[in-house]
Amino acid sequence: MTATTTAPVATPPVPATRPPSARLRAWATRAPLLPALIFMIVVTQLPFVATLVISFFDWNSLYPDARHFTGLGNYQEVLTDADLRHSVWTTVLLTVAVVLASLVLGLVLALLLDRRFRGRGFVRTLLIAPFLVVPVAAALLWKHVLYNPEYGLLNGLLHYVGGPQPDWISNTPLLAVEASLVWQWTPFMMLILLAGLQSRDQEQIEAARVDGASDWQIFVHLTLPHLRRYLELGALLGSIYIVQNFDAVFTITSGGLGTANLPYTVYQSFYQAHENGLASAAGVLVVIGSIVIATFALRVVSSLFREEVSRA
Amino acid sequence: MSTTALRARRVRGKGAGLGLLAWLLGIAFFLPIAWMALTSFHSEADAATNPPSFAAALTLDGYREFFGAGGGASPWPALINSTVASVVSTLLVLALALPAAYALSINRVRKWTDVLFFFLSTKMLPVVAGLLPIYLFAKNAGMLDNIWLLVILYTSMNLPIAVWMMQSFLAEIPVAVIEAARVDGARLPTVLTRVVAPMALPGIAATALICFIFSWNELLFARVLTGVVAETAPVFLTGFITSQGLFLAKVCAASLVISLPVLAAGFAAQDKLVQGLSLGAVK
Repeated sequence: MTATTTAPVATPPVPATRPPSARLRAWATRAPLLPALIFMIVVTQLPFVATLVISFFDWNSLYPDARHFTGLGNYQEVLTDADLRHSVWTTVLLTVAVVLASLVLGLVLALLLDRRFRGRGFVRTLLIAPFLVVPVAAALLWKHVLYNPEYGLLNGLLHYVGGPQPDWISNTPLLAVEASLVWQWTPFMMLILLAGLQSRDQEQIEAARVDGASDWQIFVHLTLPHLRRYLELGALLGSIYIVQNFDAVFTITSGGLGTANLPYTVYQSFYQAHENGLASAAGVLVVIGSIVIATFALRVVSSLFREEVSRA
Repeated sequence: MSTTALRARRVRGKGAGLGLLAWLLGIAFFLPIAWMALTSFHSEADAATNPPSFAAALTLDGYREFFGAGGGASPWPALINSTVASVVSTLLVLALALPAAYALSINRVRKWTDVLFFFLSTKMLPVVAGLLPIYLFAKNAGMLDNIWLLVILYTSMNLPIAVWMMQSFLAEIPVAVIEAARVDGARLPTVLTRVVAPMALPGIAATALICFIFSWNELLFARVLTGVVAETAPVFLTGFITSQGLFLAKVCAASLVISLPVLAAGFAAQDKLVQGLSLGAVK
């Protein structure tokens, strides 16, 4: 063993050398940030600019020679096409329903888990599990193993109580997609709300209780106002993910039976119909919708964030 | 019996009731997964009965079928592709996010909050908005069906999350500790490896696990941009069920095997999961 490790700690104190100029020092501070920043701009912003440009062209990739500029023609077509308009509506419906349902369920579960009881940690683990199933696998599980009208678990359980044997996906396709997403997203909401509940001011609650406030009064007047921003955060982050949902729609209904949402429609219009211009216009519309949500989301995150920073 | 004792008993009774309710809901939420696990060990005939056969004989046939014993395609290429895409993109994310987070928390650049929010805003740009140009680019560059394209895209998908998470973990390190090391004469590399790294390690690990999960789960990019060679596990899963008649046990086995890495990573990162998913906004 000849190579002795050189201990870097032993370096003698170096007098702080002043960089040649303040500008150089500023760049030295910025340098570690640049690779990540440049990477993000190249990989996420440039394609979007390209999408924006393509959206102004009438361009079917099967007929590349017929490509020509059409101005807002694609947007007009997207906005007047009944199928596409329907998919906008489906996206809104799907997002709102899933976010609201998983938020309410998540709140109930978070309130239950905030109490001390035997096996709390274990129950928490059980509840997180649905979020940790690969989304495609979860969608397949719901489609084939739970919803199947002949031998799915749901109808199997209904069989025991002599209930009806509905064909879940054919009868209520959108609800079927929503239920599987609510199952996956409730744990997410629960975790955020549980963190909110555990950051409550316990002394204040104790004081209210001493003053004779009932559990319900404490919930309405102390807990809910405190949770408001956590509810907003859960709703907005959930919306961002669910607006973009592709896996469940693709797997459970393949966009059929009126369940095609915008991401699925964009996928279909260029991957199957090769309508590049139309797909891009629809993509730009998804972005505009997301920006509306994102503006609120960023405001909520930044207010929570400022609070953290000022507390630190 | 005094009224206070009665009241205490009533409160305790209510508490036990709510505890029981929590248990019931926990079991209800877990039931589909438990049923998936049980079905994966049943024969195809027992898996497709109504009423369900809870106590049917157990077999490993579903798993054997999944791993290609029945003459179907082997899942190994897809599993290996997923592993490469997830692990390499996660390493790349860490390599890019760590210096960035350092510049945003410890050695703060000017307007650091604006930079942070730029990263976050890219996360809100829907994937489909950039999909077509990326597809066209990949087609012209001959990078379709190439796992390295997915590595790059997954890196961009997770980088904002990682920068936010890591920033919030690094910001928790007291400046005084770093100052003290500097005063003692430690230079930047020493400060980073001996002071910052040990304190930030749990946070870095959690960040890595969450990035791994998101990459492993991704379907849309993989579905559009890969074909035969670079197919990932979720894509393999979607093409898995089309052929034969009865396939429930096989689908359950496949879903479970493909979800196992995510379940393991998720439970390992459980404590930091909220912080990561809320982009560091919730501790």
